[in-house]
Amino acid sequence: MDPYKRLQLARKNGRPSGRFYIENILTDFVELHGDRRYADDPAIMAGVGLLSGHPVTVIAHEKGGDIRDKAHRNFGSANPEGYRKALRQMKLAEKFGRPVLCIVDTAGAFAGMGAEERGQGQAIAENLMEMMTLKVPVVSVFVGEGGSGGALALAVADEVWMLENAVYSVISPEGCASILWKDASKVKEACSCLKMTAEDLLEMGVIEKVIPETQPETLCETLKAQLDMAFSALSAMTPEERCEKRYARFRRLGVFGE
Amino acid sequence: MLNKMNFKKNRNQLEGYSPSLEETSPSVPDALFNKCPECGRVTLSAELSESLLVCPKCGCHIRIPARKRLLALCDEDSFEEWDASVYSKDPLDFPGYAVKLKSSRLKSRETSAVITGRGKIAGMDCALFAMEGQFMMGSMGSAVGEKVTRVFERALEQRLPVIGFTVSGGARMQEGILSLMQMAKTSGAVKRHSDAGLLYVTVLTNPTTGGVTASFAMEGDIILAEPGALVGFAGPRVIEQTMRQKLPKGFQSAEFLMEKGFLDGVVPRTEMKEKLTTILRLHKGGSSYGSV
Repeated sequence: MDPYKRLQLARKNGRPSGRFYIENILTDFVELHGDRRYADDPAIMAGVGLLSGHPVTVIAHEKGGDIRDKAHRNFGSANPEGYRKALRQMKLAEKFGRPVLCIVDTAGAFAGMGAEERGQGQAIAENLMEMMTLKVPVVSVFVGEGGSGGALALAVADEVWMLENAVYSVISPEGCASILWKDASKVKEACSCLKMTAEDLLEMGVIEKVIPETQPETLCETLKAQLDMAFSALSAMTPEERCEKRYARFRRLGVFGE
Repeated sequence: MLNKMNFKKNRNQLEGYSPSLEETSPSVPDALFNKCPECGRVTLSAELSESLLVCPKCGCHIRIPARKRLLALCDEDSFEEWDASVYSKDPLDFPGYAVKLKSSRLKSRETSAVITGRGKIAGMDCALFAMEGQFMMGSMGSAVGEKVTRVFERALEQRLPVIGFTVSGGARMQEGILSLMQMAKTSGAVKRHSDAGLLYVTVLTNPTTGGVTASFAMEGDIILAEPGALVGFAGPRVIEQTMRQKLPKGFQSAEFLMEKGFLDGVVPRTEMKEKLTTILRLHKGGSSYGSV
């Protein structure tokens, strides 16, 4: 399928976002709120639930359902407090020794005045640093859009998976098109240049797994089984081994000459 | 050397990815006089060079080449460059990238958008990096990410503090997702260096935005900035589009960040060496009270 079609699918109105997966993968979910610094950011849903009977921390972008919910959740574009809320949950997971599941679905971190005033860059940077040495297993699943630093701030993980029609990119195709051709309508061309599909990223070694998109119910069953297996395998390692492997995972990424 | 290219308005320097026609066309090198982009007044080039490109009339900090900055900061003949041979490739075969890389190499006379190495500041050893704004607006692709990562890894091995100067339009679009991955890679190296109890000082210069702000620029134990430097995650134009309103004057300036609590100090370029010397001296080897 051409990358532009995938982008349209990833952004399609009504496509399940974070909440759907939380509700269909976990049981006994308790939502937890706030960053204890400034506010609660509804663009990110977080809490604890059971995955096949095991407690896990879940942190997810949620774009919102109806238009009011979408506005309330800022269409899944988090402010700094969203990333700080996520970090708070990761630290709790570390304290209580449970794995972290991140569900990514965002066009990007919010580009607003308030976000800048409260340190959007600093909040993302801190997550990247802290996630690299988080002692518990972390798996990130991209279920829709994965926009730049706002996505990466929930994706410094032991394994990164993408649904078949999810996308993950350094810049929005619109942004790319307007820089390259001074024409935001050339999104289609930009999508091909950026290599943003799950297939492309698997080939580049940026992700571990592509999850085929079947019916939502079967998809959730598949995810649940695969996550259960991944967390079991990751839990068999020591925290030091996991951190070493996580570092090496990102360390090897990049193409340069010398 | 100084030439006309250094005298574009600060705000114009933001739109990172493509040098304008004016910038890529040949300019007159080594002009005798230079005009300040802020106040418009003319200064002898030699005098401006002496003041590290700070306009003696209005104090405006004009962008300084990375190499000149490092040489001015380090004790004489002490700077030893690392990984000078690391260069960018074009892994995605991205439209126009190969040509842009070539013109950036010619324009900046550097092989990548960051210079790294070790040197002495007032006799104290440290690892250093300085980003080069003339090289694709200091954007971070795989080469920059690799060099910055190696600075922290090597500084960890040699137990050195790191001092880094940033200027960047953010992650380099032309290397796609691989550029984004450099944010995680560099942050991981910073974290390891930090966990070993070693000092990292960042100096943010005009402009520092995007993926560099959201990674190693904001990860220093101590974060300084040059006066008037624009520092942010999203660029001003993007925010104006999102908010559908003009930004107030001084929004995202170093002084603004200082007020909001994201900086430890706004330090003029001419006083930077002194400030860094003091900071390094204060962090030399733990507590003199013994182990506390």
